[in-house]
Amino acid sequence: MFYIHCPYCEEHREEEEFHAKGQAHIARPADPESCSDQEWGDYLFFRDNPRGIHHELWVHAVGCRKFFNITRNTVSYAILETYKMGEQPHFTAEHPDGKPAEKVAAEAEAVSRQEGVNV
Amino acid sequence: MSNSVAQNVRTFETHPEATVPAESPLAWSYHHSGRPGVSAKSCVVLRERAMLGHMILRGGAIVLDEAVRQVLGVGLPARPNGLTRDESGERSIQWLSPDEWLLIVPGGEEFALEAKLREALGDAHYAIVNVSGGQTLLELEGEKARELLMKSTPYDVHPDAFPVGKGVTTVFAKSNLILRRPDEQRWELVVRRSFADYLYRWLLDAGAEYAIGVEA
Repeated sequence: MFYIHCPYCEEHREEEEFHAKGQAHIARPADPESCSDQEWGDYLFFRDNPRGIHHELWVHAVGCRKFFNITRNTVSYAILETYKMGEQPHFTAEHPDGKPAEKVAAEAEAVSRQEGVNV
Repeated sequence: MSNSVAQNVRTFETHPEATVPAESPLAWSYHHSGRPGVSAKSCVVLRERAMLGHMILRGGAIVLDEAVRQVLGVGLPARPNGLTRDESGERSIQWLSPDEWLLIVPGGEEFALEAKLREALGDAHYAIVNVSGGQTLLELEGEKARELLMKSTPYDVHPDAFPVGKGVTTVFAKSNLILRRPDEQRWELVVRRSFADYLYRWLLDAGAEYAIGVEA
């Protein structure tokens, strides 16, 4: 069983309260009409299955009912972090021990420039 | 019934003017499963507080907080999983999710309150839904109440993890409900109408060893 920290409830809850929703950070093509069948098929059906660090979308189904992301190691099953929608992971396959501070700051700035995101 | 505040929203009084017999979601369960009486041996007492006004408020925390403070005199809980009550303890507001709160008031007050809130909120982006018919409030009291909860939910109900003034939506007996702790003695369970009978029977069964009694 996982003991998952919900970033919205700000506390740990049992896995029973959550549902996994697959790979995180899948962006819908901006203009589906101009997609090739291959691009659209990739978007709809094809998912990564990495050995190691993986970013997943989960929902706190019996709780606040919000979606959020989990960075999980598929080998050790360790949950490295949970973070809200719209945020970027701190642990990635390139930076398994956490991103350097300057990269995090640059990303936070990029997010704050996006329209409609209140940081 | 017309609403002068928001032209695009229809609100209606759920309490009819004529006397129509109303039944709590547990009426059939009392009839079918019975109500064990409260005796001197009862270490848990179950009490239904039926026919209260339940409302779901959705919207931005700052806007809603201002309106609720103005109308009820108490603000929204500041932290996730928070529960605040007014001085009488009759009206409570609970955090359900970052943009959602549950407001419970004495039965019959909800329609007037909804109108006042709508007036206070004006053009803000929000939703108020009266869900009184969809759920009911159960109270558990007694020295073994916490043990009964421990058998039923994976959530930590130890006083260190679950202080007074906290409320969570969690798994309970393979179903789910809202569990809250308004004061030292009592636990409150907000259960869905469709799960009310199942949970009532679960509570009777789980409470049998503590000689659970149901107060009328």
